[in-house]
Amino acid sequence: MRRVLVFLIAIALLSAGNLGASLPEGGSRGRVYAADTVNPPPPTAARRAPPSPSGRGDESRGPAQSGARIAPVYAPVRPGTAIAFPRDHGAHPQFRTEWWYVTGWLDTPTGPQGFQVTVFRTRPNVDQANPSAFAAKQVLFAHAALSDPKVGKLLHDQRIARAGFGLAEASTADGDLVLDDWSLKRGGDDRWRARVPTRDFTLDLVFTPTQPPLLQGEGGYSRKGPQASEASHYYTLPQLAVSGTVVRDGKRVAVTGRAWLDREWSSTLLNPAAVGWDWAGLNLADGGALTAFQVRDAAGKPLWTGGSYRSSDGRLTVFRPGELKFEAIRRWRSPRTKALYPVEQRVTAPLPGGTRTFTLKPLFDDQELDSRPGGPVYWEGAVSGDGAKGYLELTGYFEKLSL
Amino acid sequence: MSRALLWLILGEWRAQPIRVATAALAIAVGVALGFAVHLINASALSEFSRAIDTVNGDADLQVQSVSPAGFDEALYPKLARAPGVAIASPVVQLTGALPGEQRGLTVLGLDIFRAAHVTPNLLGRPSGNTVGGAGQVFDENSVFLSPALMQGRKPGDIFTLSAGGRTVPLTIAGPLPAVDAERRIAVLDIAAAQWRFDQIGRLQRIDLKLSPGADRAATGAAIARMLPPQAELVTRESQTRRSDSLSRAYRVNLNMLALMALLTGGFLVFSAQSLSVARRRAQFALLRVLGTNRRALLSQVLIEGGIVGAVGSVLGLGLGLALAYAALNLLGGDLGSGYFQGSRPTLVFAPIAAGVFFLLGLACALVGSLLPAREAANAQPAVALKNVGDALDPSTRPGIRLALLLLGLGAACAFGPPVAGLPLLGYVSMALLLAGGVAAMPWLARLLLSPLQARPLKSPTAELAVRRLWGAPSQAAVALCGIVASTSLMIAMAVMVSSFRGSVDDWLYQVLPDDLYIRFAGPSEVGGLDPAGQARISALPGVAEVAFTRATPLRLSTDAPPVALVAQPVTRADPGARLPMIGTPRAAPPGLTPVWVSEPAAWLNKLKVGQTITLPLDGAPKVYVAGLWRDYARQNGAVVLTSEDYSRLTGDALRGEASIRLKPGAEADKVGAAVLAALPPDVAARTEMLRPAQIRDIALGLFDRSFAITYVLELVAILVGLAGVAATVSAQTLARTKEFGMLRHLGVRKRQITAMLAIEGALLGAVGVAAGLTLGLIMSQVLIHVVNPQSFHWTMQTRLPWGLFLVVTAGLIAASAGTALLAGRRALSVDAVRAVREDW
Repeated sequence: MRRVLVFLIAIALLSAGNLGASLPEGGSRGRVYAADTVNPPPPTAARRAPPSPSGRGDESRGPAQSGARIAPVYAPVRPGTAIAFPRDHGAHPQFRTEWWYVTGWLDTPTGPQGFQVTVFRTRPNVDQANPSAFAAKQVLFAHAALSDPKVGKLLHDQRIARAGFGLAEASTADGDLVLDDWSLKRGGDDRWRARVPTRDFTLDLVFTPTQPPLLQGEGGYSRKGPQASEASHYYTLPQLAVSGTVVRDGKRVAVTGRAWLDREWSSTLLNPAAVGWDWAGLNLADGGALTAFQVRDAAGKPLWTGGSYRSSDGRLTVFRPGELKFEAIRRWRSPRTKALYPVEQRVTAPLPGGTRTFTLKPLFDDQELDSRPGGPVYWEGAVSGDGAKGYLELTGYFEKLSL
Repeated sequence: MSRALLWLILGEWRAQPIRVATAALAIAVGVALGFAVHLINASALSEFSRAIDTVNGDADLQVQSVSPAGFDEALYPKLARAPGVAIASPVVQLTGALPGEQRGLTVLGLDIFRAAHVTPNLLGRPSGNTVGGAGQVFDENSVFLSPALMQGRKPGDIFTLSAGGRTVPLTIAGPLPAVDAERRIAVLDIAAAQWRFDQIGRLQRIDLKLSPGADRAATGAAIARMLPPQAELVTRESQTRRSDSLSRAYRVNLNMLALMALLTGGFLVFSAQSLSVARRRAQFALLRVLGTNRRALLSQVLIEGGIVGAVGSVLGLGLGLALAYAALNLLGGDLGSGYFQGSRPTLVFAPIAAGVFFLLGLACALVGSLLPAREAANAQPAVALKNVGDALDPSTRPGIRLALLLLGLGAACAFGPPVAGLPLLGYVSMALLLAGGVAAMPWLARLLLSPLQARPLKSPTAELAVRRLWGAPSQAAVALCGIVASTSLMIAMAVMVSSFRGSVDDWLYQVLPDDLYIRFAGPSEVGGLDPAGQARISALPGVAEVAFTRATPLRLSTDAPPVALVAQPVTRADPGARLPMIGTPRAAPPGLTPVWVSEPAAWLNKLKVGQTITLPLDGAPKVYVAGLWRDYARQNGAVVLTSEDYSRLTGDALRGEASIRLKPGAEADKVGAAVLAALPPDVAARTEMLRPAQIRDIALGLFDRSFAITYVLELVAILVGLAGVAATVSAQTLARTKEFGMLRHLGVRKRQITAMLAIEGALLGAVGVAAGLTLGLIMSQVLIHVVNPQSFHWTMQTRLPWGLFLVVTAGLIAASAGTALLAGRRALSVDAVRAVREDW
């Protein structure tokens, strides 16, 4: 009885027609022909098959190794490219990276809170010939954070997935993003809706535009550095009226507020010398909208500054490089990452009516977001001051940011 | 225990050290075997489940494909959206091979974003410059290796991997730091795995993490309803069950054998204690007269037995631990059976099992002492004081009723069905037969000696010997029971092994009709030869006919291990041309595809000839079970299709093995070389060829090697049995000192008494051998026709090892005659006059 089993395996391997099991380790099968009559395949460099709809049952298996790797060709950012809606609310998969960035202030029964719902799309450098539906040709990454001064730090969560299977999709026709159970979708009535269930809270918010889209830079071509290629396509939906609910600890609370949607896509955004940027998007109490950003080098000096001001009556002022000034008023050191952030900043901007200064104070200090592994460490917080309410983003203070 | 009692016991042992030692040793052997088998299996099983855990990660639930072909990836988004599922992680899982290496490995294609939440242990650590970590993770050429595979390699090296019929050079991107040191796992991106290994659109596995608070059972049931036939839901429990069922019969059988050895030990204790009691009859009577009560006597004998049992058990536990350690290191966790491949588990001590086996050993010794103890306690002191020796009156006939009852019950049990898939009743039957056989010994001894006793013999010494045995059959039976038990067990095993080996040898001739056997590319699911390559080989000069075959695992039911789905170049009309059929195959009804199932496949999956079943392949084809065939190769069963039907139903045109019939005059070596030259280089690198004679040698060599442990066990059993006989015979002989003195007074010479003893011993041995052989043959039939089919689901034809019978017969008779002779010399050295005087 018993140990039958062994030898059968040996037979199995060898005898007519047999079996998947293999010999136990060190099995004593001999090789009839010496190794020198058999040439192992030479290690070849990575070479690729042309896309074949199905390799299964493919009689001629040889070509699997032929054909060069097809790297993605990233679309360049070109000035003069017209921005058209609703098409440009949707994704631009030919570009390396893209984001839908909603930030805003909420009025809740317990006081003001900040929130952030951001979706990133990236196009990794994978072989474009791979016919697999899992090929990571597009990857979606989303963040949601809630800034409640009573909590004193960010409540946040994230989703990440390769696009496909209807589980993670970014429409190219209109603003329509799905990432597992999260979604950000523009309706036919021009209103955007975010549904974001997370570990600690659930946002279900509707953003209603009160103003037309604001095209940044030259008609949506926004320079980010000294080289002409260091730019992005960039438009903003400022002064979004927020309504909806926030669920926390099982309690559903109706909220209203004011939000800001930034849309940006690019393939070559940053100058190699850039380590990070400071960015502020501010809804002004009078209906104006101020965008201000600076790209910093390793010494903390601005490599590039830019932004815009649109008054409540719709007149747009685009700032030239060097016109905007960021000054750190107060810094805060993160107890977790030890990164030192200039959480209180003074932004000086040449508005049409004269130079104006906004001293921005954070809703609270610890609005650092550590999205590792996979994402960066940065500070993204609700700020206000001098008739402005919005969000300040501070990147590259923990380590050099790479996109 | 009173001091007097202790003193008495110690005195007895000082006088009879060998007998006590033999009995303890017998118990020790039984305990050691049982404990060792248990430890080895426990260690191997825990190793096996660790291996499963590593490959599976910590998924709450898992959906697996029933065959390596996998299932449609469209299932993945469905499961990802299923209620109760938090994360679904899709997995491509393949068996891979490396050029020049026999051991396979597991190739996993993972979606890092999903796996990070479900099976984080399986994520690689990129070793290069990886800000953001994305580059190498998605790279189609990158592979992450477990520590075992990393040995001798470093990140950046080329790693040539074969799986899914393709051989692909990959670049090592880094290690899998969280994977156990011994596992052989290669992880790459799921898209790369699908593309490089020809799995586009297919998945083999989906790991599920459930939402917090989701009802596991309800979610599992809902998911199970969503699955196509090519996929099934498995849980940790069902996987453990499957791995457990894989080896359960094997383990239970080994444990049963160990218990049988323990039983033999029990008989030896019985025999030792009986003699000891008989010898001390006067001593006990004296104690009774001096005021010791029955209960005290009973407990004294029981305590003696208990101490023997305890010492033997402790000895056995130590021995078992050593045995298990040695076996694990020499043979691996499967004792060479191939159940737990490639694992070298560390020994896991099992305190509970140790306790159980200790108690079993103790119980055996106590039960063995119970009858003698009662006898000692119940003897009439007045009679016993005077009467030494056999209390039985020679004129009363020994009873046979109890023996017949036991034997009858044993026979009845042999016809019982398996219990929980195990031949437990078969073992009960063997135990009852053994007990019945031993109980029949007094009656049998008298029966066998009657022809000698009835006729006056010429030699007075022979006459004396015969009459003595005939007149005191119960004492003969006591001497015999140990030897009968061990002989019959050994004979039963030997007959079974020889029947098995003979059947396998025959079967090998039947299944190896060709001249040259070729296996392409490692474990067959890794890949094989495409039709173009097959055509090239068929066209080679010197090749008369090539039979290409293919086998892939396919699970027919969740709990049973997968069967092999085999493509054989048989025709629907005549499957018997290549399959050793059992019975006449039937023709399939029109429109149905015939399959022929092996005995184990039929048993395990409850298939019957004439039945129509649905195979879990694409399109859920219905097939007709057209016949049953004998197969010793695949323990889990095989389902054979004609080559054409296999390709049609599976879409798999590759073939993993080939056998070539040569044209007359063609040289196998030359044809072999031509075959290798005709193969694609990556296939040729992993191709093996063997001649049928080599395969037979290897197979039978493996058979013998794996049964070597059995042979050793048998030898140990026989030696213990012989030692028991020696101890018993010498004790009985020494107890008869007075009788010999009497005989000397009557004028019988020393030489004649010695001769008488030798004849007595030889007769005793002969009776023992006759009984042992008969009993062993009967028990072997239980092993062959009940235990084997119920455990391993195959049948065999009985073959008798005549040579072994002769050796055992001669050895046992010589041993018992020899020991009787030696003991007699010692007994006779006592002065005859003093010996007699002692009595009066």
